Order: sequence, then structure tokens, then C-alpha cells
Amino acid sequence: MKEIKPEDINVILATDCGSTTTKAILIEKRDGEYRLIVRGEAPTTVEAPSEDVTMGVLNAVGEVEELSGRKLLDESGKIIKPTSSNVGSDIYISTSSAGGGLQMMVAGVVRSMTAESAERAALGAGAIVMDVIASNDKRLPHQQIERIRYLRPDMILLSGGIDGGTTTHVVELGELISAADPKPRLGTGYQLPVIYAGNIEARKAIKETLDGKVSLDIVENIRPVLERENLLPAREKIHDLFMEHVMAQAPGYRKLLTWTDAPIMPTPGAVGMIMKRIADEEGIEVVGVDIGGATTDIFSVFQGVFNRTVSANLGMSYSVSNVFAETGLPNVMRWVPFDMDERDLRNRIKNKMIRPTTIPQMLEELIFEQAIAKEALRLAFIQHKSFATVLKGIQQQRTIADAFEQTVSGQTLVNMMSLDMLIGSGGVLSHAPRRQQAAMMLIDGFLPEGVTRLAVDSIFMMPQLGVLSEVHPQAAVEVFKKDCLIHLGTCVAPAGEGKEGKDMLGYRIELPTGQIAEGKLRYGEIKLIPLGSDEKDLPLKAEAVLDPERGFDIGRGKGSKWELELSGGVVGIVLDGRGRPFKLPTEPSERVRKLKEWMTELDAYPQKALEKS
Amino acid sequence: MAHAYTPGLKVTDRMLITKRRVLPLKGEVVVKVGDKVEPDTVVARTHLPGNVEPVNVANILGVPPEDVPDCMVKKAGEAVEEGEVIAKTKSFFGLFTSTCKAKISGSIENVSSITGQVLLRGAPMPVEVKAYLRGEVTEIFPEEGVEVKTWGSFVQGIFGIGGETFGEVKMVSPDNKTVLTDKEIDESCRGKVVVGGSLVTAGAIKKAIAVGARGVVVGGFDDQDLRDFLGHDLGVAITGSEELGVTLVVTEGFGEMMMAERTFDLLKSKEGQLACINGATQIRAGVIRPEVVILLEGDISQLEMAEAAENPGLTVGSTVRVIRQPYFGRLGNVSDLPSPLQELESESHARVLEVEFENGEKAIIPRANVEMLEE
Repeated sequence: MKEIKPEDINVILATDCGSTTTKAILIEKRDGEYRLIVRGEAPTTVEAPSEDVTMGVLNAVGEVEELSGRKLLDESGKIIKPTSSNVGSDIYISTSSAGGGLQMMVAGVVRSMTAESAERAALGAGAIVMDVIASNDKRLPHQQIERIRYLRPDMILLSGGIDGGTTTHVVELGELISAADPKPRLGTGYQLPVIYAGNIEARKAIKETLDGKVSLDIVENIRPVLERENLLPAREKIHDLFMEHVMAQAPGYRKLLTWTDAPIMPTPGAVGMIMKRIADEEGIEVVGVDIGGATTDIFSVFQGVFNRTVSANLGMSYSVSNVFAETGLPNVMRWVPFDMDERDLRNRIKNKMIRPTTIPQMLEELIFEQAIAKEALRLAFIQHKSFATVLKGIQQQRTIADAFEQTVSGQTLVNMMSLDMLIGSGGVLSHAPRRQQAAMMLIDGFLPEGVTRLAVDSIFMMPQLGVLSEVHPQAAVEVFKKDCLIHLGTCVAPAGEGKEGKDMLGYRIELPTGQIAEGKLRYGEIKLIPLGSDEKDLPLKAEAVLDPERGFDIGRGKGSKWELELSGGVVGIVLDGRGRPFKLPTEPSERVRKLKEWMTELDAYPQKALEKS
Repeated sequence: MAHAYTPGLKVTDRMLITKRRVLPLKGEVVVKVGDKVEPDTVVARTHLPGNVEPVNVANILGVPPEDVPDCMVKKAGEAVEEGEVIAKTKSFFGLFTSTCKAKISGSIENVSSITGQVLLRGAPMPVEVKAYLRGEVTEIFPEEGVEVKTWGSFVQGIFGIGGETFGEVKMVSPDNKTVLTDKEIDESCRGKVVVGGSLVTAGAIKKAIAVGARGVVVGGFDDQDLRDFLGHDLGVAITGSEELGVTLVVTEGFGEMMMAERTFDLLKSKEGQLACINGATQIRAGVIRPEVVILLEGDISQLEMAEAAENPGLTVGSTVRVIRQPYFGRLGNVSDLPSPLQELESESHARVLEVEFENGEKAIIPRANVEMLEE
């Protein structure tokens, strides 16, 4: 790959080869700033009959060519580089999750310590973690061996022991892997890549145990001391091996690798990269979610620490039945303001599972699907919160001030009050017929507290921008801010519990038009204050004074006033007075009445759907 | 995208069916090209490496791990019988002996001086692959398996449970609208693949298992019954490995759904003939659907004519089935294919088509919510 100076890059072509569609975007520098010009998509062609990923790439690029009027492909179907006038692109980059993405197993000595660090490294690199093997995972060795043999991962990350710590347990894990003699998922002509990132003192023994049976790579320990993780070397090695071994086995990728100007990255790894960059650059705390057909990915940056989790069987089509099985009918139906027959519903869900590409034609089906989405988001976020924690197993120094706090190590980093921005993507959020529906799904699924900006990535550009941020950070950040997100607005949700109808928050919001929205938010209600976007689609701002009643917190402590600037968007400012922790009324008719009241205030659905009893 | 509709499930009276029958790992192919095979003919076999049983010799003998290699009576690679001594120590001038015995028969795989563990590998486990179809071996993949070809009628289902099996076709429902209950299942169904109409009840499935029927092919199945049958709620549609005593192939979907008339008539016309069925379903990238293959006589060297015709995609006149509410399960012909996006009742914008149902009624439906009936 040839080095190109960032200042020489004016036209960027980027693709993301997903498991079903390949998405291409064209970015150009115009009037000194990078902007998204067009996007195109085509079915991914990894499987029979084509079995060549580049065909899908060329089809998607062909669509971009047609829409933009810029010639990007030459007569032989190659991407023209570099640009000259209205022809070609300066760089071409890509991400991929086709062929099932990157599937890994990880192993470590203690489940909640080194094994969890290994899991974090693999997830952060964009992998699906098929299983976590740990010396204390309560399975017998032969069960662990069976599991390794059965799962056939793309690669294994083996960790364990701090530097100078246990050797025996780490080598035992090595012996398990050796005994399992695992075969890679794709291809037969190569050995399974295993990365060792554990105690440096066990390196020699690990080498002796595994050499010849697997393709072994050794990197720095991911947990050199208990108090610190060092995930980067392992993550980078995962990316290298993903390119060398996994991608190289998938049909057409060898060719694609010769086209790109930067290494092909696993899609979720790239999404994490752009989120971390934005959070660092703006100094904000972010949660992002991508809810797909089969899985739900959640990314977060809290206190500068990036975390990602994949809920493998929470999704809206292939896994829709599993969401239902995990949460149960009552939890889904609590979001639906009318009755539906259980037997019929169960069959409808299964029919969606077996015919995953169908879409809701009727309103009641849409409302029901969005109710399932709220539950999928809620469950995925619970998993994320329990994983995104401070390091476990560390002795904490306490001062007298902490003496009465019952804190333990391993607390979640996720803090809904300090969260600044919640970004949603995936069909059910991005393609919701009304943006208010996306806002409701995000609010009900995540229950943000205090002041939180809401946005959706309508065309899921984050993967391409992630890989671009490695090559040209400025272009990636500019496009992210201006073109990637559709700003929905801001959710203002005082934390605390109260009585229905009692005052909980005084507000005074000075809108850019000069109008002033002023009043009291009562417990149990939602209010929408319209505040849109400017002509460049950037959110309008409004000066606000939020004055919570005693016992309610908006981000500055209970009962403390906050003067701040609120951001608008296509939905506006949602004042959510439903309290945190959030509780729906248990009495069915009252629950339905409240749901209808909130949906009506947000204008989330046509009135006729809500009139149905 | 060019194809915003679901390519339908295949239902055809006659086609050349090709199956790859391969081992999970390398082994021996036991048939040759040109051999005639039956569904239960073994075509390839191999041995999976045996299970591994770790033994913590250092702990058992009470010696440090580095001393374990010296204590071994059996060395790496040697065969051992269950209960045989594999390591021992002598102490106090040889008076007291500690021993460590093999927990399984097999061989010593590895002796570790770092962990003090010895890995015992159990006896290899035999694995066989059968032909599944009655047909002819047309290709050998050395050490892996074979290709078997045959002429047959082919019905692709939408969802199934249970693995490969075979039996004679037996019609037990009078038409495609009738619900199959336990009353229609009796001793005469033993060893048969029974065909029902719009739904099979949980009672009928249980009775089918009790009388020893091999398979059930039916239009619909109730999710509640599926849950009772499996003992858990099915979260993800990956099936085929269930061992419930019968293989189920559902042709239309969940709930009471008339089996497509063409499918029912085809199966009816084959009553008494040998059917090979597989319930394995995987609805992910690389979709696997359940199937019914009814074997026909014919020379496999005959050219397949119909296959050559390319599927023209969805056109005006195409026969489609609606696969989502509010018209779920209804059949009709495409009467118009407007290209602009249209707003649905749900306010979503989607590409649609107009379909004329068999009774002349017309409806606008998203293209994503129909499937073509393929022959």
C-alpha cells in the first residue's frame, strides 16, 4: 500500500462489505471541507453463485458512479486512482463483516480477570466471541476441549497470569488447546492462528506446548499487572491476523486486499474506532447501538474507556424469536397500547424469524415490532453494563470518605447521568417511518438520565468513517459531524421518584426564534418542545434553565438548577417526566392510557392507531 | 436493489438432484463412481479422535510437576487400558508406592513437566456418512466423500426439525385445508412419511412418534406446540440435530396454513413412493431449508433441461404467495409493478406490487412481503 499524504486526498471511496449488503460511500473535499456526496449499495457476493466479494463492491461502486456522475471504474472494472478532474478516487478503503465476520474464542485464567480482559480485547477488535474458556469456568477439562473442537473459531486469543504470576494455569490452558487440535472455520490449508498475550514467563512453555499444532503469535501481556490492561498490542495482532488468515480465505478477498489503501478492518472494530475518536475529540461520553437482524452491538466510551459488547442472539429478524423468548410476552406487550392474541402473536414472531426480510405493512405490526426493539435494546444494554466495568480483582484504596459506601471492584463504567450522547443505528431505528419513533425506542430502551443528546446514523456510515479515521482523521471527523448523524434532539429526564401529577422540573427554554418555552414538568408526563435544525441540517441550540424540584436530579445534584445549552433536531427537546427508575403503571387500563398519552405528545404514531382499544 | 422480493421455495415434479455427502474430517470413501446406493448405504467412514481426559498426575502422586516425566510408567504415544497404572512413585526405600491409574482406555497424548498433567486420549469414535438418497455415485472426493445424483420430485419446506430419514409417502389428510390430528395417525403409519393439510397438532406429532412414523410433512405448525414439543422456546432457527423420534417438515409457516395446493397435489400423486426427508433448517447467511425428495426412476445422464432456464425475477403475471399480514398465505398473480416507493399503512415507504388474488380481489403489498412460487 502506497503512502498518500492527507493533504493530497480530495476524493475518498469507502465500502463496507456486510453480510447481506455492500455499502459504498463517496466523500469529496468541497470548499475546504469534506462532505458525503452519495452512497450506493448492492447485495454482498461472498456466497454462491458469485463467491467473489469484489463483484458486490463493484456493483455498489457502480451505483455511486451513476448517482455522482464521477467515473470511478475503468473498462476492466478496476477502481481508478488517483483522481484527475471528474474521474477516479484518491484512496479506496473498506471494512468487512461478510462471511460471518471474525469469530473468536478467548481463554484466560480467572474468568472475571484475565479472561475478561481477553474478551474485551477481542470484542474491541470487532470479533464475535464464541466462548470464553477460563480455568475457573466450572467446566471440566474434557468439556472445554470438546467446546474448542466443536466451535471451530477463526482464531484464539490466549491470555492468563500477570507478568511474573501463575505459569501453571496458563500452560494448562495451552495444553487444552493443543489437545483439542482445533481446525480453523474457513479453509483447510493452514493452521489455526493463536495469539498468546499472557504472563511473559510462560512464553517458552506455551511455545513448547503449542508449536507445530497451531500458528502461534506472541504479543505483550494484556494484563501485565492487575491494575492495568494493555489491550492494544493484542487488538492490533487480531487485526493483522484477520487480514492474513481469515479474510484471505473468504472468496474474492485476496483481490480486494490489493485494491485497498489501508488494511481491511472488521466492521464493528471500525465503528468502535470512530466512536472513540469522537468521544476523545469532544470530551464527551457516548453510547452507540447497532441493532441488526441477528445481533445487537453496543459501544460505549465512559471516562475515556472504550467498550463494546455483542449480544449475539438479540436482533430484529433472525433472532427476533429469541428476544421474545428471553424477555417474555408481558415485557414486550407492556409497550403496546392495545391487546393482541398470544397464540397469534407467537406465530407471527416465528413467521418473521423464518422469513426475516419481510416488513410490517400494518400499523399494529409496526408498533409491535418497535416494542420488541425496545426490549432487545434493554436486554443488550443490561449485558453491556455488566461488561463495561472498572477492572475487577483490584485492591482499592479507601479514604474515610468512602467508608460508608458499599462499593466493590468491578462496578459498571456506564453512568446514564453523565452520558452526553446516545446514537442508534440499524434498520428498526434508522428506517422508522417517524423519527419520533426512533427517539422513543432509544429513550425507552436505554432510559437516559439527565440531559442526553439523541441521534441516529441513518445510513450506517460509521464503519467506513472508522477505517477512514485511521488514514485521514480530519475527513472522518468532519463527515461524521456533518453528514453521518441525523440529530433527533435532546432528552431531558430528571432522575428520582415522585407522585403522578406532582411538579418535578421547572424549565425555561429560549428558542432561537425568540420564543420562550416555560413551565413545569409534572411527574408521569412527557412534553415535546420543538427545536429543529438549521439549513445545513445541524441542530439548532437553545439557552435553557432547568430547575428540578427537591429529590430530583438533572445532572447537577438533587434539587440543583442548571443553566445550559440544549440541542435540537428533527424531533426536538423531549422532557421526560416519567422518573428514574422508570416504572410503567401495572394496572392495564392505566398503562394503556399513559402509553397513548406519551405517544400522542410525541406524535409518534397516527392517531387512528392509538384510537384502537 | 434488484431483488426486493423473497425468491420462493422450490416445488417441482421432476429434477436432477445432486447431494454432496462428505465426512467432517478426512477418512475413507467406501463406494465408487457408478455404484447404485440406497438411502442407508454407507458411502464414507472415518474415526474422530477420541475424547481427552486430563489426569493431574503431580497431585495424585504428590510430586512436583517437573518430576512427573520420571514417574511415568507409560510414555507418550503408548496405549493404555482403563485402570492400568500409568505413573508411580516409590518412597521410603521403596516401601510405599503411590500409583496413578488410567481413567479411560486409549493412549497417552502428552506428559507435561510444567503443569504435572497427563492427557489421555480415548479410543477413536467411528463416524459414517450414508447416501441419504437412492441414486448413483457420480463423483468421488478422495478421503472426503462422494456426490450422489438421482431424479426426484422436490419440495422445499420453510421450517423443519429433526434430521435425515426416509419412508413411503402416506397421505393422511383428505385435502390441504384439513388439520392433522392424532385420530388420523394409526399403526399403518409406522415407517412412513405422513402428509397432512393445514396444521399438525401436538397430539398428532406425539402419536406419530409413538407408532414409529418416520416423518410428518404439513402446511403449518403452532409455535406453542413447538415449544411444548422441544421443551424450550426456539430462539434462533437453526435445527436438524434434534432427536425427537420424527422429522417434521413445515411447508408454509407457523399457525394454521393451508398447504399450497400444488405441493399437496404433488405429494398425493406420489403416495406409496419412497421419500427422503430432512428437517434441518438454518436461517442465516447460507440458508438451509428442510426438504422432501421423492425418488423417481430415470437415467441421471439425461440432461436437465428446465434448470437451464434462468429465473426472470418478479414480473407481471408471476404467481406469488403473500408471506406477511394482512394477507398472509394468500396466493395470487402480480398485476402491476409500480417502480416508485409507496407509503404503506405503517407509513413506511417501500417498493410495492399489486397482486390479484384468485377471487379477483386486488391488493397493494410490499415486494418484501411476497415470495415467488418457483417450479
